[in-house]
Amino acid sequence: MYQYDAHDQALVDQRVDQFRDQVARRLSGDLTEDQFKPLRLMNGLYLQLHAYMLRVAVPYGTLSGDQMRVLAHIARRYDRGYGHFTTRQNIQYNWIKLEEAPDILADMARVQMHAIQTSGNCIRNVTADPWAGVAPDEIEDPRVTAEILRQWSTLHPEFSFLPRKFKIAITGAPNDRAAVKVHDIGLRMHRDPDSGEAGYEVIVGGGLGRTPVIGKTIRRFLPKDHLLSYLEAIMRVYNAHGRRDNIYKARIKILVDALGIDAFRDQVEAEWQALKDGPLTVPAETYAAIRARFALPPYDEGLTGSVSTLRLDEAADPALARWIRANVAPHRVPGYGIVNVSLKAPGQIPGDATASQMERIADLADRYSLGEVRVTKDQNLVLPHVRLDDLPALWRALDAADLASPNVGLVSDIIACPGLDYCSLANARSIPLAQALSERFADMARAQDIGELHINISGCINACAHHHVGHIGILGVDQKGKELYQITLGGRSDDNATLGKVVGPAVPADRAVELIAGFVDTYLAIRHPGERFIDTVARTGTAPFKETLHAAA
Amino acid sequence: MPLLETGRRVRDRWTHLSDTDAPPDEAAPVTVSLARLTAERDALLARPGDLGVRLPNAAAVADLVGLLDGDTNRLGLIVLTFPAFKDGRAYTQARQLRETHGYRGSLRATGDVLRDQFFFMARCGIDAVEVDLPESAAEAAWRSALDEVRSVYQPAADGRTPIDVLRRHTAPGREVAA
Repeated sequence: MYQYDAHDQALVDQRVDQFRDQVARRLSGDLTEDQFKPLRLMNGLYLQLHAYMLRVAVPYGTLSGDQMRVLAHIARRYDRGYGHFTTRQNIQYNWIKLEEAPDILADMARVQMHAIQTSGNCIRNVTADPWAGVAPDEIEDPRVTAEILRQWSTLHPEFSFLPRKFKIAITGAPNDRAAVKVHDIGLRMHRDPDSGEAGYEVIVGGGLGRTPVIGKTIRRFLPKDHLLSYLEAIMRVYNAHGRRDNIYKARIKILVDALGIDAFRDQVEAEWQALKDGPLTVPAETYAAIRARFALPPYDEGLTGSVSTLRLDEAADPALARWIRANVAPHRVPGYGIVNVSLKAPGQIPGDATASQMERIADLADRYSLGEVRVTKDQNLVLPHVRLDDLPALWRALDAADLASPNVGLVSDIIACPGLDYCSLANARSIPLAQALSERFADMARAQDIGELHINISGCINACAHHHVGHIGILGVDQKGKELYQITLGGRSDDNATLGKVVGPAVPADRAVELIAGFVDTYLAIRHPGERFIDTVARTGTAPFKETLHAAA
Repeated sequence: MPLLETGRRVRDRWTHLSDTDAPPDEAAPVTVSLARLTAERDALLARPGDLGVRLPNAAAVADLVGLLDGDTNRLGLIVLTFPAFKDGRAYTQARQLRETHGYRGSLRATGDVLRDQFFFMARCGIDAVEVDLPESAAEAAWRSALDEVRSVYQPAADGRTPIDVLRRHTAPGREVAA
């Protein structure tokens, strides 16, 4: 958990006062809505269908128990008692009053939180592996880099009026849990094969939305001290040359594609020569100082074992065993596990949590997880440091708050945007379809048999729920006033990132549920032993599934 | 429209020539379009009066630098353009001129210039703005806009010390108070 120092705190406090003044000028009429819009957006405030929506940054998805309690307080005091965790590891509130927004920011600043750059055409909240710092396969904790990027990008003088929004993700492990290939910039930590030194593979021009593109490697290995100068060079080329005539062509992926990665790289290199080894150099002492601010209370010593070798008493407590199998992952420290908390109980709105649930999680984090919580891009939560011998007690406590669904990474762990229920951009509703599907797959024993399967539902082409990289992707479309759903198969956002392929015409919601149930049945019928859904689709292509389509028609 | 230079309201001493106007006299400070500077470079640089250029925001700073044989300080004023406040290309031009090419003359923001951009502009090395504010309010707006956020993370063109440098020069245990 990064602890602010006096400088970090000063900036956030100053920012609250500044926004309070901007809101006052808007309410008095000194600022027009047009002039105010970019200011509120840079503080995460959108005007939605029914009210203002406030998106709060959860930098790289890490929260303390105290911060989670303040999120609960905001839900209760300023909203309708709940919040929605997003695919960018943030939380948003859907029923905010403009005149109260400065008070909310002030409440957040007291626990070292803000809403800076959660929207607008600027560098957005940097996302990272939700298992950062605890995953056994990790090279280095990516949050140290992500925090350096948070600081560098905060109120950046040159990059606050970019052609379009800009998203950066980082993974510290070879197994990409941050979807780095579908971000404007993706960073993958790895070791230089010769020197053994840790650094970054830099990937650029990935993205979803209207034009989904898998990012391309612009630099195989970037030493850590060049992180900011190199990224500044990329941003500078984008700011100067990214398209501004068409909002749908303004992301960096379009520029990279138009120039070609080699010509784009040449321009970045030319710009980098002016910046390299200058004041943007990040010395090792800065990395060390930031890392020190993530210090945790110590782990208990002398523990042994891993969740992967834990003996589960199926007969005595099958539900607990199922939950451990699905939701608890191995931790790098012996005797500990990473507990994934599902926000996807059957029929629940994906990513929504009530104020009471947030408070429960906060208390459990303090009691069982060294005071730390994570938010995942799959709209779940993580208690990252749980002693294996605490698992039964934790499970009972989670279960009492309806937070123990044993379905993390399974078919009912559906990722969905707010859709037409809230969002002014949406063409179709996402939430009711997610609810219908999670109820259809509510049998948790069967879900475990089906195994890993990601369903992503976006209510429009902007792809907030990353439908292109869902194993089963669903896109809401509006055809002549009807809400229909276009289904894709075979997408994935891991280290083998691939975009899904469209199967069949768009269909109404009830038909979509039937089709997806059919796809799952097809998979169960044709899978090889041990083969995941995504592996079967990769092996067979979409042909056997298209047969389902016709058979079910 | 008020013109502020380093936060002070001033009368514009520059004459902004169209592409066909002749300069009022040899000594008068004038600005010309980038196209005219390109076409009449030698004659314009040979004048005793100060010379400035109006730089479109799509222009490559490197091209202007080439036109000046690498010496940006042959110009006394570079007028930057913000066709819409959302169009931030001129921020990059400003920093390239100041930080990469050592330009020390005046950098003036024109177009859709809003008070809430002053902070970013000043950080990028823009020292002058033409802004649509009441004459009486303009100086105070500049002062307060630059003073709202005093802590900065990035090294840029305004000489503010970034937080990381402050940290490294603060002995452990002696943190700067907020």
